[in-house]
Amino acid sequence: MKISVQQEDFDLGFEIKNISKDKSIGAIASFVGLVRDVQMTLEHYPGMTERAIGKIVDEARGRWQVMDCTVIHRYGALQPNDRIVMVAVASGHRGDAFAACEFIMDYLKTRAPFWKKEQTPEGTRWVEAKAADDQAAGRWK
Amino acid sequence: MKLRVLYFASIREKLGREAEEIDLPAGVATIAALRTHLRARGGAWGDALAEGKLLRAAVNQDMVQPEAAIKAGDEVAFFPPVTGG
Repeated sequence: MKISVQQEDFDLGFEIKNISKDKSIGAIASFVGLVRDVQMTLEHYPGMTERAIGKIVDEARGRWQVMDCTVIHRYGALQPNDRIVMVAVASGHRGDAFAACEFIMDYLKTRAPFWKKEQTPEGTRWVEAKAADDQAAGRWK
Repeated sequence: MKLRVLYFASIREKLGREAEEIDLPAGVATIAALRTHLRARGGAWGDALAEGKLLRAAVNQDMVQPEAAIKAGDEVAFFPPVTGG
């Protein structure tokens, strides 16, 4: 299991190559989130962020067969098209890998302490939380 | 009762403060009571922590509900709903 909160970019291919070599792993599902449209700065709560992501991964492990998992979330200044976040989940079969990957992303959106501030031509603004994100996380209950 | 309070994102900006050590009077023993206590400072505090404003709180780096207890030595944080991912 790897959790990293970092300013630097990441390489999905490298991270997937470094997933556990356990011979019973038959599937790795991954997701990469990108910055859309505008420049932004991501703030987070050092310490709590890593802890919150760890709890989300633990919850996923309790629900599905998760044999290895990597979560990387960036913070700081980001440009349109930059990678923000990646999740890769390794499991015996694809069903568990897909489900756990989507669950981790949905919970990250509502439970990990990150805040986006966008730089638009009209000035800067804090992004408002979306009800759709709460609904996406709520469907796993 | 002494504890540490942290503020993040728009709350931090409105208050012009990211952290403080605070000595609370007896009786301020929950997140909701702490929020009311801080709001009573008025000005930016009344605005940033206004009743009805959607805020989240954490105690010792775990997200909690307003009725959660706080105690001496805790690290408490107030922040807006999160927008990562």
